[in-house]
Amino acid sequence: MSLDNQSPELFGQTPWQTLGPFFHYGLPWKGGADLTGESDLGARPELAPEAHYVLASPPHRGPISGEAITIVGRVFDADGAPVPDALIEIWQANAAGRYNCAADDRSDLPLDPTFTGFGRSATAEDGTFRFLTVLPGPTPGPGNSQQAPHIAVGILGRGLLKRLVTRLYFAGEPLNDLDPILALVDAGRRDTLVAKESTVGPGVWRLDIRLGGDDETVFFDV
Amino acid sequence: MSEAITYNREDAGQPPSLSPAYASTVARAPRRPLVRIPQTLTETTGPADWSLLMGGNLADLTSCHAGTPIGQRVIVSGRVLDEAHRPVANTVVEIWQANAAGRYIHHKDQWDAPLDPNFTGAGRVITDAEGRYRYVTVRPGAYPWKNHHNAWRPSHIHLSLLGPAFATRLVTQMYFPDDPLLAIDPIAGAVPEPYRQRMVSRFDLATTEPNWALGYLFDIVLRGPGATPMEG
Repeated sequence: MSLDNQSPELFGQTPWQTLGPFFHYGLPWKGGADLTGESDLGARPELAPEAHYVLASPPHRGPISGEAITIVGRVFDADGAPVPDALIEIWQANAAGRYNCAADDRSDLPLDPTFTGFGRSATAEDGTFRFLTVLPGPTPGPGNSQQAPHIAVGILGRGLLKRLVTRLYFAGEPLNDLDPILALVDAGRRDTLVAKESTVGPGVWRLDIRLGGDDETVFFDV
Repeated sequence: MSEAITYNREDAGQPPSLSPAYASTVARAPRRPLVRIPQTLTETTGPADWSLLMGGNLADLTSCHAGTPIGQRVIVSGRVLDEAHRPVANTVVEIWQANAAGRYIHHKDQWDAPLDPNFTGAGRVITDAEGRYRYVTVRPGAYPWKNHHNAWRPSHIHLSLLGPAFATRLVTQMYFPDDPLLAIDPIAGAVPEPYRQRMVSRFDLATTEPNWALGYLFDIVLRGPGATPMEG
């Protein structure tokens, strides 16, 4: 028999494959990009007939502590063209700096039961993604270091054979200067990881993601 | 703080981001080297409460509508494991696929094959305590795409897993045995041999149900646990 998924000698990590262009009725659920409220943000239900959009709708949320923020940005390819078929995922701590996950067992820090810290947004035709969330608190880093408030970001989609991973930091945050991960990035490229508060209004943070070109975003091997 | 869990880095079987035979990667693959970072609590934690995310089980893709979908009914089952062969329990497997004619229920899929009003092609299953999952669907058809002249995708089912941590995220495609299109597919082909065969399911008589549906086995292996202590 030829080798296949069940062959013991091939046992190991299942390979990544692209999402392709047709994931919108299967992955981005309504409200996936709204971590604090009950809106439909994140989905693109207009890309499938209504009867075939079977993903869950936004859940009920209890009160969530912290400073409400909006994350907004666009995804561009190496030629500067917007990417209309990407999927952005975020993962973050709550305002107290605790992750809603059993592996974060710092029970002295509060959890918000209905704040998952995970979000998912399909990009729009112009490459835009948008999340409603709260400003995360600082979190522990390697050794005795402390990580500045940040959000882990995954970029998936057509033309991406595997996920790209980056981070979003917040401009003006004093802890950025001490952050152990930012310290690993060439000073000249750190700006690609730092969102700036928008002139649109307070609490709106903007960070574009450039998959290539002169201002290519810093992507991480995690 | 308790001792941190870590996850292995990607192994030799992962595709590169840039694979020019899959034309869309050329403008979308980063050209600068990735910056290797230690795994922090950010990477070793992940979401777990599905009731607050995408919702619960939707494991029978053939019973979502008033009628029965056209096509070969199949049962896909397997286990989600880590690299130490330990089951990954209570993790979500999201599924999406084309119908039996190779057409997606997506407005941007303009291929001239019939849509099936009784088939959406989206589901999700949560693994049990032994990491097992099982779903019922129809075998998706092959379809043409514009990557190159006379390009056809082999029959495939898209699978998306979060696993226990941000670091264990996986999206893959499951292929069927003896598909002649697999060897000439640039997307599967971006994975070096022999690892490409990890994505090929196996026909299985034991999970085939008499007078009902063909069984295919497909185990999914996520990264980890880490072999070395946390860096830094």
